[in-house]
Amino acid sequence: MFDKIRSEDVYRRNSHFRFQYEEAQGGYVLLYPEGMVRLNPGAGEVLRRLDGNKSVAALVEELKAAFPDAPELEADVLAMLELALDKTWIVKG
Amino acid sequence: MLNNGIAPQQGKPKPFWLLAEITYRCPLHCAFCYNPTDYAHHTKNELGTAGWIQTLRDARKMGALQLGISGGEPLLRGDIEEIVAEAGSLGYYSNLITSGVGLTEKRIAEFKRGGLDHIQLSMHDITKEINNFITDTNTFELKKKVAAMIKDYGYPMVLNVVIHRYNIEHIGEILEMAEALGADYVELANTQYYGWSLLNRAQLMPTREQLDKAEKITNRFRDRVGNKMRVFFVVPDYYADRPKKCMNGWGEVFMIVTADGTVLPCHSARVLPGLEFPSVRDRDLEWIWNESPAFNKYRGDAWMKEPCRTCPEKEKDLGGCRCQTYLLTGDAEGADPVCALSPTHHVILEAIEEAKNPQIAAQPIIFRNDRNSKRLIEGELRERAEAFHALP
Repeated sequence: MFDKIRSEDVYRRNSHFRFQYEEAQGGYVLLYPEGMVRLNPGAGEVLRRLDGNKSVAALVEELKAAFPDAPELEADVLAMLELALDKTWIVKG
Repeated sequence: MLNNGIAPQQGKPKPFWLLAEITYRCPLHCAFCYNPTDYAHHTKNELGTAGWIQTLRDARKMGALQLGISGGEPLLRGDIEEIVAEAGSLGYYSNLITSGVGLTEKRIAEFKRGGLDHIQLSMHDITKEINNFITDTNTFELKKKVAAMIKDYGYPMVLNVVIHRYNIEHIGEILEMAEALGADYVELANTQYYGWSLLNRAQLMPTREQLDKAEKITNRFRDRVGNKMRVFFVVPDYYADRPKKCMNGWGEVFMIVTADGTVLPCHSARVLPGLEFPSVRDRDLEWIWNESPAFNKYRGDAWMKEPCRTCPEKEKDLGGCRCQTYLLTGDAEGADPVCALSPTHHVILEAIEEAKNPQIAAQPIIFRNDRNSKRLIEGELRERAEAFHALP
């Protein structure tokens, strides 16, 4: 199902977007010319951790440690990365 | 955790988008300008640097995030550098909307240092003749130079091309030019008819056939370039059968502070009768956005009349544009005449017919300049303005 995303891949946020925390929104946003995306908390958590240094496997471990009670976390993270890749919010490498 | 990655909008409306129309002065005289035809009234008494800085701070506290610095030509003011630096330190995503006239190496370097995020440059055509004709200036070569400078400074290149009868048949070549210039975003904005463009509507409006062809060419181009370049095609509503959700709703996400400090919910709201728009000189921005009668007048849908009130699609377009409805029908609270369900839809069909009439279409264009603005204020050019309510 998530065949695009491999556990050894490394992703980073696309520098064409500005990623920042917005107090007034209570969440993270992506900004680009003439537009913005208000990220939901799940997407915000994933994107803020993508520093271009860690593999998808390491990211999943980090999130599992942060949210030990979340069920099916790995599948959710992979789906989120696939979505983010599709929307060009993230790029490989 | 998925939900498409996007957080739902909750709570009270916030002015995410702040447009600072910091001056109405402009070296260009574009026939399609949406600025008020009586702008000559508003060129004096511009808000000063301190006033703009305070406005940016106040709006940011209210949640404003996207900042457009526009005009007129914003570069005619010498304090954009200060305004840009303030916007950068406040965390705005800031956008300079310019014709390119007045952009120098020195200034662009200063903008970069101050944290300006991107520059939107207006382009008009691939030919010098049409660029210079429609803007009534000799600016073709300059725009190309400015485009290269924007690229050199590592800015995302955002080109805005207003589309009308004179350039619509060049749309393929315009897109190729944008590609050659290295544009990242291209906005093909079909002329919307407000202000000067409304006066020149019969001279500017393309035919439906021209529009269909342009849309096909644009789609073919998109297929070819893929993700490399984003192309927006803003559809002209005269050829639609439902109106646009203007500004995404009155007082929902968008706020304009004009050159003299007057605050508006949309570009042309000043034409509407019986509304008093407050100024940042007299009231605080929070009160203006949340409490002022003007910003609450058409918020939501309580103001609607039939056929909008009971229309199953009312949430989709909120009855369309109040300004367009008033300008074309004299009733600000009716259904937008663009809507095929509107009792006044015929005015749109008549306008399309009028634009096909060679005698009417051959009337001279009234260019946006101080002289014509003063003539309109003094009641001249009545034959062109009298068909519309509230012009100039």
